[in-house]
Amino acid sequence: MSNANHIDRKEFNITVYTENQIGLLNRIAIIFSRRKINVDSLNTSPSEIEGIHRFSIVIHETEEVVSKLAKQIEKQVEVLKVYYNTNEEVIWQEMALYKVPTDVIAEKALVERLLRENGARAVVIRKDYTVFETTGHREETDNLIKVLQPFGLIEFVRSARIAIIKHSEGFNRKLREFERTEPGHEVSENEYLNSRDKVFSM
Amino acid sequence: MLTKENRAPELLEDVQTKSGAEALILSLLEEKVDTIFGYPGGAIMPVYDALYDYQDKVNHVLVRHEQGGIHAGQGYARSSGKVGVVFATSGPGATNLVTGLADAMIDSTPLVCITGQVFAHLLGTDAFQEADVVSITAPVTKWNYQVTEASEIPEVLAKAFYIAKSGRPGPVLVDITKNAQLQKFDFKGYTPCQHIRSYRPKPIVRKEYIEQAAELINQAQKPFVLWGQGVMLGSAEQEFKAFVEKAGIPSAWTIMGAGALPSDHYLNVGMLGMHGNYGPNVLTNECDVLIAIGMRFDDRVTGRLDKYAKQAKIIHLDIDPAEIGKNVETTVPVWGDCKETLPLLTELVQQKKHSAWLEKFRMYEAEEIAAVIQDELHPASEELTMGEVFQQLNTLTNGDAIIVSDVGQHQMVACRYAKLNHTRSNITSGGLGTMGFALPAAIGAKFGAPNRTVVAVAGDGGFQMTLQELGTIMQSGADVKMIILNNQFLGMVRQWQELFHDRRYSFVDITSPDFVKVASGYGIAGKSISKREDLQSALREMLQHPGSFLLEVMVTKENNVFPMVPQGCSVSEIRLK
Repeated sequence: MSNANHIDRKEFNITVYTENQIGLLNRIAIIFSRRKINVDSLNTSPSEIEGIHRFSIVIHETEEVVSKLAKQIEKQVEVLKVYYNTNEEVIWQEMALYKVPTDVIAEKALVERLLRENGARAVVIRKDYTVFETTGHREETDNLIKVLQPFGLIEFVRSARIAIIKHSEGFNRKLREFERTEPGHEVSENEYLNSRDKVFSM
Repeated sequence: MLTKENRAPELLEDVQTKSGAEALILSLLEEKVDTIFGYPGGAIMPVYDALYDYQDKVNHVLVRHEQGGIHAGQGYARSSGKVGVVFATSGPGATNLVTGLADAMIDSTPLVCITGQVFAHLLGTDAFQEADVVSITAPVTKWNYQVTEASEIPEVLAKAFYIAKSGRPGPVLVDITKNAQLQKFDFKGYTPCQHIRSYRPKPIVRKEYIEQAAELINQAQKPFVLWGQGVMLGSAEQEFKAFVEKAGIPSAWTIMGAGALPSDHYLNVGMLGMHGNYGPNVLTNECDVLIAIGMRFDDRVTGRLDKYAKQAKIIHLDIDPAEIGKNVETTVPVWGDCKETLPLLTELVQQKKHSAWLEKFRMYEAEEIAAVIQDELHPASEELTMGEVFQQLNTLTNGDAIIVSDVGQHQMVACRYAKLNHTRSNITSGGLGTMGFALPAAIGAKFGAPNRTVVAVAGDGGFQMTLQELGTIMQSGADVKMIILNNQFLGMVRQWQELFHDRRYSFVDITSPDFVKVASGYGIAGKSISKREDLQSALREMLQHPGSFLLEVMVTKENNVFPMVPQGCSVSEIRLK
């Protein structure tokens, strides 16, 4: 793992489906920190299935390292499934909020135009400040910082990346597989004896 | 945090059937736990109070330090194949378990550790003896959980045992707040856990890989089997023997796998790794198909990875998918429990002998005997060697004893020379290399296998790390035979300083107390010898002594363990001197 070549490193999006369990965030985090791997972005929130959480983790590593990390994460008792994908294999977004003085916005038509060009949308408009929101890739949200800086940007925050896997069939079907109770030992032995030309399962 | 749910127990008015603590003990009994190693303290007192009423149903061994407790639990698990159970209190009691947890984690030993914790409403307040045990132990447990409600206890215990023993075994820790131990609840009985939806203990066996593996094995001219502890953890010793015998493949072991195939089996060609046998190391880089079974290609086994078995096709049988391809690139991964995969493989492999190839191992063995073993077992010098102690011990026990070794030179000598007729007979700290392991682990091993002779072997350094457990022997009456191989040095470090640090012996010169007197203080019989003519009779006296016995053997001071694969070298660059 340590011999990872810098040239082969790229961004990977790791998607982890887990039970909603206290301490699991720590267990997943230390899989990275133990190997001195920096997590560039981490989002965790409830998935479309009740009681199941989805982590989106972004790291910069080689595929070999990422595949080993994925196996280590999947080994955790409360982890249901891990996927990893390159940026090409996902659609991703980050959200950003920008707080700017309202008088500047109101006075300068230019600012309004710039905001529109950058796809920003006002979330809150108060007498003293206005909060705009935009979503996009890192460069896009970064770009708006540069745009707003000369006009007295007061505060900025960006969310972690969330990513949808282009070729995934979703997790609902997978979950049903996990829900299926595994057959007991007697059953599995019979299964292997009776259907040896198929996949041996237990 | 103080919440309504986490009120202090004194405030609870609804008194129901069982306390959490009693439910815990009842759950343990349901899991057929017969021995608990533990040490009481403030935050686990309700559990000990409940235990008071069940002393006739379960044996509690009071250790002298929690680290001793968990190593005893490990020894118990390793000798019996059952789950070791350990109790400790909160804070320092729990943190003292960490070394043993790390040891059990890396050596895949099934344990359920119960720690007390401060009242739930005090969590996070830096309460007396509060430590964040769940966070501290996360990296060194297969699973851990904090219980804050009594009603959770039966279910969490059931999960704990299931996780600890299923799949690739490992240590589990359950941290129980004091209020949960005291709280009364309607205990509806105990149901063992058999399924957790997010947890797949065994991967599905894929037939195509079994077929591919069999094909490679059948075509191989120089196949070589490396086996590890997985064979024992899967209770697959018979399946393993049937496989290697049918395929006629020379087989070598990692120290964790020692004993799964008897030492004198004709296909057992010896030990792998840094201080392993000559043939198995050299021929790793000559075989054409390498079949790894329940082992994980530890760096002490592989030496330099980029020069490790590069010529060979690698078949790896393992229950843990994360092990496959972790260190060594695998040609055919055979996922699954070797208890199930080995018979499938045996059926498909051809009956073969590979006599010429096996002969090659014998040739290297002869070379090793001449260069190393002869002098170790029959030294010309007057001073005793560690090897001859095992040579004599083998004669007297006939290889039927459980050998529990500590860490260092004597450990390598024990693994190299102790004769093992039976499985689960070589108990040592393999992955973590924990000095101080042997004495407490031997106590546990004796409780796990009461009908077997248990011999703890330690160096003068390691023995002093957990020497207080002599008190546990004294009180529990555990019949543990102890051998201290005293070379008056921290021998393995000294060896490295000699070989790689220009003999700059930095802090390896260690003085020891009069071990026989120390033992005597604990009411344990003992003897110290330094002459060859006393060796056999002293060992016999130790083995025949009713009850525990400590034998100190003064051995030559500056002996080195050879062969040796120096760090950073390939296994085929193994040195005989």
